[in-house]
Amino acid sequence: MPVFNQNRGRVVQIIFASVFFVIVCQLINLQLFSAKYKQAAESNALFRKIIYPDRGIIFDRKQRAILENINSYDLVVVPAETKGVDTFSLCTLLNIDTVEYKRRMRDIIIKTGNVRTGVFEALLTPEMYAHLNENIYKFPGFDLSLRTVRSYPYSVAAHVLGYTAEVDTSFLRKHKDEGYQMGDYAGYTGLERYYEKVLMGQRGVKNYIRDNKSRIQGDYEKGMYDTAAVAGKNIHLSLDVGLQKMGEQLMANKVGSIVAIDPKTGGILCMVSAPTYDPNYLTGNQRKRHIAEMILDPRKPFNNRGLGTTYSPGSTFKTVVGIVGLTEGVITERTTVSCPGYFTGCGTGKPKCLDKGTFSFKEAVAHSDNTYFSTVYKRTLDQYKYGGVDSSLKIFNQYATSFGLGHKLGIDLPSEKKGNLPSSADYRKTYGNGWNSCTIISNAIGQGEVNTTLVQLANVMAIIANKGWYYTPHFVDSIEGGDENKMLEPFTVKHYTDQRIPDSIFDAVQDGMQAVVEYGTAVRSRIPGIVMCGKTGTVENYAKINGRSEKQQDHSFFGAFAPRDNPRIAIAVICENAGQGAWAAAPIASLLVEKYLRDSISGQERKEMLEEFKNKNLIPRLMRMQMAKMDSLKQIRINQLIQQQKMNKELNDSSDQEENSETDTKLTPSVPIKKQVPKKQITNTAAVLVNEDKKYKKYNR
Amino acid sequence: MSSRNNQNTISQGLDWTIIWLYAILVSIGILCIFMVEYRPDTNWFQSFLGGKTNYSKQLIFAGFCAIVAMFILLTDSKLFTAFANLLYGFGILLMLATFVLGKSINGSKSWIPIGGGFNLQPAEVCKIFTALALAKFLSRQETDFSKLKSQLLAGVIASLPAVLSIMQHELGLALVYSAFLVAMYREGLPAQILIFGSSFAILVIATLIVEPNTLALSLTAIAAFLIFLLRKQLKKTKGLLVLIIGIWLFCVGTQRFVVPYIFNNVLECYQSTRIYSMVGKEYDCTKNKKSEKKAGEKAARKPDDYNVRQSKIAIGSGGVTGKGFLKGTQTRGKYVPEQHTDFIFTSLGEAFGFIGCIAFLSIYLFLLFRIVKMAERQRSTFSRVYAYSVASIIFFHIAVNVSMTIGLFPIVGIPLPLISYGGSSLLTFTILIFILLRLDADRQMVLR
Repeated sequence: MPVFNQNRGRVVQIIFASVFFVIVCQLINLQLFSAKYKQAAESNALFRKIIYPDRGIIFDRKQRAILENINSYDLVVVPAETKGVDTFSLCTLLNIDTVEYKRRMRDIIIKTGNVRTGVFEALLTPEMYAHLNENIYKFPGFDLSLRTVRSYPYSVAAHVLGYTAEVDTSFLRKHKDEGYQMGDYAGYTGLERYYEKVLMGQRGVKNYIRDNKSRIQGDYEKGMYDTAAVAGKNIHLSLDVGLQKMGEQLMANKVGSIVAIDPKTGGILCMVSAPTYDPNYLTGNQRKRHIAEMILDPRKPFNNRGLGTTYSPGSTFKTVVGIVGLTEGVITERTTVSCPGYFTGCGTGKPKCLDKGTFSFKEAVAHSDNTYFSTVYKRTLDQYKYGGVDSSLKIFNQYATSFGLGHKLGIDLPSEKKGNLPSSADYRKTYGNGWNSCTIISNAIGQGEVNTTLVQLANVMAIIANKGWYYTPHFVDSIEGGDENKMLEPFTVKHYTDQRIPDSIFDAVQDGMQAVVEYGTAVRSRIPGIVMCGKTGTVENYAKINGRSEKQQDHSFFGAFAPRDNPRIAIAVICENAGQGAWAAAPIASLLVEKYLRDSISGQERKEMLEEFKNKNLIPRLMRMQMAKMDSLKQIRINQLIQQQKMNKELNDSSDQEENSETDTKLTPSVPIKKQVPKKQITNTAAVLVNEDKKYKKYNR
Repeated sequence: MSSRNNQNTISQGLDWTIIWLYAILVSIGILCIFMVEYRPDTNWFQSFLGGKTNYSKQLIFAGFCAIVAMFILLTDSKLFTAFANLLYGFGILLMLATFVLGKSINGSKSWIPIGGGFNLQPAEVCKIFTALALAKFLSRQETDFSKLKSQLLAGVIASLPAVLSIMQHELGLALVYSAFLVAMYREGLPAQILIFGSSFAILVIATLIVEPNTLALSLTAIAAFLIFLLRKQLKKTKGLLVLIIGIWLFCVGTQRFVVPYIFNNVLECYQSTRIYSMVGKEYDCTKNKKSEKKAGEKAARKPDDYNVRQSKIAIGSGGVTGKGFLKGTQTRGKYVPEQHTDFIFTSLGEAFGFIGCIAFLSIYLFLLFRIVKMAERQRSTFSRVYAYSVASIIFFHIAVNVSMTIGLFPIVGIPLPLISYGGSSLLTFTILIFILLRLDADRQMVLR
């Protein structure tokens, strides 16, 4: 009986074996030949955390850190673990109400989920941190997380240093292969942007294992595949914080700019653009609001007027016209021209001159005689040897170009403007063939189509100080650990002006410029004991109001360098709509020159001058009007919102008002908003007192 | 004589190989559960003793099973033949009792709470009783298994618990009872039935994969081709034509009406979806009559193939040698659901890779072959049928469970024998194996 069907035992075994064989085949397929499962497992379980290196620190010429990193704390929370939190006392510490607490919790849960860490309050103030640190044990699920933020200990040079910001999609598109990703910070303006590669350092990667809810479980392979972060390199500037600070104080409540250059190195000593702002405004947790406010400001505080705005250079341009005239031999130092009140050469009665009389070259510079330089300009363009105004203008532009005008200097900041040196082709576009030297005579006194940035003007002063050469103006002197990207190389090349200009001509121009300060237009700005050469400028300008071009108060210009024998500083100042060059720009320049050369202001008279200009309010009339208009509009809007909120409160008193209160609480002045940087009250501008440490502020009515 | 036997200790005639294989597999199982539950920051030694974690519980179950095994080895093998039918009746009663006392766990009302937080799944235990009852029936002197009547009776014995299981929504457990076909085959069930069964399975799978009209046309084409080939024989024997047309009608009918009816009306929506997803198709739940009825209670959630995908990722990422003990990222990250029970094989596949899987499956295959060999050396039909039943039940569990984790079979809740976490399952297999060992130790006796 048992023998019966015995071969079927064999069959059963074969069935068993063949099913196992099929299983093994599938295992071979899965485990040996399918790489995708390995990748899928990695993308499942591997969490690559990017370790951000500390950004490089920026030092000024005296090794003072002017842009560094400080530790800040975020209050972070894991919503799933917050059972038993004393919500009320937490809200009291954070100055929020429970509605806001609930709203934030809800947002975090939507954004990052219930079991992962989300940021509850970013960038805590030191006081808040101190309170929370003591009491954090009372709030399960909450924790304080460290991060570094950029800090500007001197609160100066906002335009120069720039700021970092979260990268956006267009940035990512431009820097595709540089390893940036959403949520990263990168230099957005200023040096932060220009030297991003240097300052950023090298990111590291840490690999973690995470579980199916994205919770970190531990290191992956004991950190075998981790890479360490390399800190960014520190950079050293030629900037002088003391000078910069005084420049910003002097430009408070004015619109304009200051650029000072060390003529021997091309290193920029200070670059002020007024109105400026405290760069720390853009690091705290109120950053967004500050940015929005500044964008709306009619004075455009974000614009760096040192290189981002072009101006007619005015009479400061006469130095260049004079040098070209002398070199071309159309005049000599002893050539005299007399002025009956206006320029007679073209028969239009323009331009006018302020002082009637006869001037030699030196006197013409000293008194900024329009007729003299119109004559020089006309003679230069009408030279017979070049056969026409076209080619003469070309020659003139050759000289001017060698002075760094009409093209970008290549300064180490983004968004430099190039200015304008009009060519004959440009004029032919406007006038056809019917133009001659008289058509463009305004250029002689810097009022025509010639446009320069203030850096270019300061550079012209440096060239005259050096008698014919310059280094490209720049901020960065050296990079710690070497200049791997060869970013500083362009600043080691010495540029010479047109070789036809002999030193003696620079001497003549310097004579004239010295006279400007000794007894000429800028005599009030003479610094006792320092031989300064300067040139004032007073620039007529117009603004479009309601479609009509209206003449505005003149721009005040001054360019100078000092001391004459061993020039250590070349400076250019513009004060928009502040009147004659001698009224505002020249005194400010002279104070800064003295500060730089002597490190302090000496003499009672000069000290009073310093105080006078610090406190002077020279905001252009047009901007005052716009600002007043904006303020009143804002006031109306805030009143409306308060009204509306009151109504909402009444409406929603009994019902759930989470949704509505979101907008209300933010704008209600009754809810105190604590933050790192003291912020001006938006409701009442007239009551704000101007204090000197705060540069970005409203004017006094 | 019996007193002399007792003096010779119970180890007399025991097959130690199987005992060792059993012990190795249970140990592997506990280690696998440990891998799944391991937390780096806890003291594993303490938690092994603590009884809180699943691996610790499994260790306790294993200890309990060892005691049960001892008791089984101490019994007389005549006991099993004597009580086979009684036990079967008791098992069926238990299963019927679940309809009254049943407790719902994971959506199937197939558990009876027995106090102390433990639950018993009668369908699980009933496998043993069914194996004994089938063995008893086939070993009866008056049973002639070549007769259709006996074959049908045996089929009823095997399928009665299965039907009850389906009524408890435990499709997986019900499927296991088809394992008895293997035992019946060994005892003389015509091979045609198996061939017919597998052909039918191929037809069902083809129905799922191929477009209905295309399949109908190709079936017709095959029939026409056969008629063309056999046209000479057809002239001689008219019955052949009738047979071919009959088979053709049956096939097309199954494909057009029976299979859709089963999927839409008999199976639950999630079951249909799982079967469809295995062949790479999507099942439209709106066609399902059962889910329509339930729509009022609970919106039919669209189940996806998350389980299989994660399970395949875990096993596939193991590669040749695996990631190493406790180093599986998918296991530690809890990506595979139910990893300590039905998907325990994934932790092994991830940690030890292809080589580990082959070694592990070899142990199983060795165990199965050993049981088959053991079966063939029995003198009594009862022992042989029982041994084949045990082998095929274990085989069926392994095949279905492993195939399901590697995506060869739809997901049904069938544990991996001796490895998966769970007291009921471990106890069942322990009893199955140790009864066999007891019977084998007394293989010289002729049991009826």
